[in-house]
Amino acid sequence: MFTTVLYIVSIIFLGISFYKDKKKTKTALLKAWKSFMNVFPAFAGVLALVGLMLTVLTPEIISKIIGSNTGILGMFIASIVGAITLIPGFVAFPLASSLLEKGAGVEQIAVFVSTLMMVGFVTMPLEIKYFSRKEAFLRNSFSYIFSFVVAFIIGMVVSL
Amino acid sequence: MKKTKAFVPFLLIIIADIIIFTLNKQLGISIFKNTYFNFFEMFSVLPPIFLLLGLLDVWVPRETIIKFLGEKSGIVGMSLSIFMGAAAAGPLYGAFPVAAIMIKKGAKFSNILIFLGAWSTMKIPMFLFEMSSLGVKFAVTRWLVNLVGIILMAIIIDKMINRNEKLEIYKKHTHSF
Repeated sequence: MFTTVLYIVSIIFLGISFYKDKKKTKTALLKAWKSFMNVFPAFAGVLALVGLMLTVLTPEIISKIIGSNTGILGMFIASIVGAITLIPGFVAFPLASSLLEKGAGVEQIAVFVSTLMMVGFVTMPLEIKYFSRKEAFLRNSFSYIFSFVVAFIIGMVVSL
Repeated sequence: MKKTKAFVPFLLIIIADIIIFTLNKQLGISIFKNTYFNFFEMFSVLPPIFLLLGLLDVWVPRETIIKFLGEKSGIVGMSLSIFMGAAAAGPLYGAFPVAAIMIKKGAKFSNILIFLGAWSTMKIPMFLFEMSSLGVKFAVTRWLVNLVGIILMAIIIDKMINRNEKLEIYKKHTHSF
């Protein structure tokens, strides 16, 4: 759905741009192509890695790992799984929801969802390429620690 | 030469996939299927993003970005960064090229960090989906705590990366994005 909107918007803008200034539009397209090709190899590597990890760490295996555990250890395991895997939201939320139903704790699920979204272990090489080693390290480790804070707060609020 | 070298990680993983395939056909096939799906997703999301960025690069003057997201943009810059990240969709890697062009056009580093944070975890389409699958309390609490946390983390990380290190990052994107 969103992708369709994105396509429509970009094609409209492209049309307006082309109507206003053909030369500028050509430059824009060339720039877009060049920058895409520039990062394509890095993207390809990351996507292949994600394909491999996603297959090995199936939702079933993830449920086994974090479904039955509780407490800090369970949260810790959940956070590691969240940080290294890269699962799209439309898969992750139903998975998280079914884990909750199966008896996983709110804190474990919260830390899993949060690290999944904020910490990108497999996308680190891309992040380093775009920014720097230090930025990638700081942003990911802060986000990792922060995920625990989020989880504790959600745990408190949900149990109210 | 440089181009071929860049594909080495990709090729290594594919070789690993092939080895797995010879050992376990079924697992191998699902790895290739998932990898194919990832590429398919990327090829459907990234082209319009890069197209828009190309147009933005050509049409939006640097002064405009500096005014709204630059060093002196204050609260407006922060809110705009949150909004831009939250209105987005797609995986975090889609945010990197957008951030690159923000850098190129002179956006403040802390605003870039806020944008990345918002994109990673505050996206509105995802938030709606999260409410329906994990409950309103869960999703709303997470969103609000993230709002505070992302701004705080951005300010702290911004302080921890010194001027020269930032300059290095900005240099990467002066000519291309």
